[in-house]
Amino acid sequence: MKYVNEFRNGDIAAKLARVIANEVDSDRDYRLMEFCGGHTHAIFRFGIQDLMPGNVNFVHGPGCPVCVLPKGRIDNAIQLVQEHDVILCTYADLVRVPASKQMSLLKAKADGGDIRMVYSTQDALQIARQNPDRQVVFFAIGFETTTPPTAVAIQIASQEGLNNFSVFCNHVLTPPAMRHILQQDGDQSANIDGILGPSHVSTIIGSQAYAFCATEFDTPIVIAGFEPLDVMQSTLMLIRQLNSGSITVENEYTRVVTDEGNRKAQALMQEVFELRPTFEWRGLGLMPNSALQIRDTYAEWDAEQRFDIQEITSSDVKSCLCPAILRGLNKPTDCKLFGTVCTPENPMGACMVSSEGSCAAYWSYGRFRQPDSTAKQQERSA
Amino acid sequence: MRPYSGKLDIKHGLVNMSHGSGGRAMAQLIEQIFMHHFDNELLRQHNDQAAFNVPAGRMVISTDAHVISPLFFPGGDIGSLSIHGTINDVCMSGAKPLYLSAAFIIEEGFPLSDLEQIVISMANASREAGVPVVTGDTKVVEKGNGDGVFITTTGVGIVPEGINITGDRACPGDVIILSGSIGDHGMAVLSSRENLSFETTLQSDSAALHGLVKRMVEVAPDIHCLRDPTRGGLATTLNELALQSSVGMMLDESSIPVKAAVMGACELLGLDPLYVANEGKLICICDAADADALLAAMREDSHGQDAAIIGKVIADEHHMVQMQTSFGGSRIVDWLASEQLPRIC
Repeated sequence: MKYVNEFRNGDIAAKLARVIANEVDSDRDYRLMEFCGGHTHAIFRFGIQDLMPGNVNFVHGPGCPVCVLPKGRIDNAIQLVQEHDVILCTYADLVRVPASKQMSLLKAKADGGDIRMVYSTQDALQIARQNPDRQVVFFAIGFETTTPPTAVAIQIASQEGLNNFSVFCNHVLTPPAMRHILQQDGDQSANIDGILGPSHVSTIIGSQAYAFCATEFDTPIVIAGFEPLDVMQSTLMLIRQLNSGSITVENEYTRVVTDEGNRKAQALMQEVFELRPTFEWRGLGLMPNSALQIRDTYAEWDAEQRFDIQEITSSDVKSCLCPAILRGLNKPTDCKLFGTVCTPENPMGACMVSSEGSCAAYWSYGRFRQPDSTAKQQERSA
Repeated sequence: MRPYSGKLDIKHGLVNMSHGSGGRAMAQLIEQIFMHHFDNELLRQHNDQAAFNVPAGRMVISTDAHVISPLFFPGGDIGSLSIHGTINDVCMSGAKPLYLSAAFIIEEGFPLSDLEQIVISMANASREAGVPVVTGDTKVVEKGNGDGVFITTTGVGIVPEGINITGDRACPGDVIILSGSIGDHGMAVLSSRENLSFETTLQSDSAALHGLVKRMVEVAPDIHCLRDPTRGGLATTLNELALQSSVGMMLDESSIPVKAAVMGACELLGLDPLYVANEGKLICICDAADADALLAAMREDSHGQDAAIIGKVIADEHHMVQMQTSFGGSRIVDWLASEQLPRIC
């Protein structure tokens, strides 16, 4: 087994599609939020929606760390490059994300900024070792999946006394975001019946970290792998929960995820990071206890302290529907910016920023596919 | 008498500003590296231009600037690539390529030994293809103003009578043929990047395709479109053709050949092979009636052994390229937005 094609088998998909078609209750809708961008990507790349009955629809969640990073933090990173002349190491899909004043890391790089795209924290450490006369900052982003490697990098820098290395920490947490979406009420209340839960994140924090979805919000959640058969199997599991009325946390991704997660990685995160009282998410606004900051023990490797980084609060584009799209209240095609001023080349909101964002995925894989979108566009232009 | 004395120290020497100054050092560099390896009758005339007679008919010209990092990669280097790339651009019109020119922009401090290795590779590729480099130019830029060496090649060729291959001729009902597996070049180059090196047996598919094209136009002179899916990969090239011909396309994912090693590396790095560069593949769009003969002819050529029909041209006012996935669904295969960037999770 090579784990590339085995979970993409079209024959098994067709069988699963038949089972799902047989089990859905035709008198109701199933609105299922896939939390992660990885799932959104799989749904569009493999055409999973086509294999679903008409009343099973996917709602694309905020689980794309690149997308939810607010403008202000990218402004901060650009300042580090332009005002402090640091070498900024970043994951590649962050470079196009729009900052204020139509800037981005890509444009700052073109403007002479020393911005290097890296694949891991280890690459950033290596760059710091090779450039002892320069300050090297790792632009740390991501959910719980990418947090342990950042913790390791900080510990290595501390052990090696690598004093020209620091981390600009932007790590965010999935459970608070999920809670935020589920607890909204009134016209902001989320319109979702069940959740396809994070896969890689859950390898770290475990499936039980999401128990509150079922116990407090009566919303079923199935931890789902990123492969297309995982998504289909998890969808079936959610449909079964909703049909039976027994709401709980289930784990489809048992080949990797356990109930309690990776204790060692959790201890590592605990050792290096602490909760940030509040953090801004692009599209969702300020959320308490939803992000991490570096503990004082490791303050020496905290770029925010070393360079006295000031918080920049940024406002999202007003007519952008991302906040509603992230709660399942609207589809990308409902937004009047979608495909007009907001495109993958010129993203305005969180959902268009990375290929995993729901608007970008719609644009790349699904536009002109929604039967209602053409009509709406015509209405608008009329 | 030569304007310079002695031999270049190719083993230890570095390119310096005087090699681009038009003086003795430049004459020495040209003679001992470029002329020596590219050697042919037209170059030996030592003129600023190459003069040659052309047969009557329609000529094509194409130019391609080659910048690649790293300069040497599994299966080729910037030298062989600069020959193959331009020959392919010329022959995608159905033309027989005749002559090439080559312009070098070299960064001060570049090792002469690397330069010679690149020129030898070019000379070999050009000889193997039967398309000589007949004129050239050399410039040297200060250290920091280049990335080792940039090579621009231009090619001319002549189109056989009765051939009209152009990007705007795809019609609904036409079939789309791909000459072989996709993504080999891009992933081979990525695998040898300094910050990304991973072990793989992958080789670039860099190759001159005029021999393959010759076989194809012989059996099917009415081929509608030919194009090599280089930067941006198969997906971007098909979108270009769909737009140019004002048509849509429907691909069948299961028929697109992708090597397991390419698929695996793409999975690891979060890339989609449909958008990864190729340097030795072509896309052919033709009338359905010509498809069988073309496939048979292509499979007889070493560069077309894995040729396959990967889809068909359809009518579509949005000019979209769509694909039936092996998984059983469908998706849009869009233009590449900016550079293909790896996803983080």
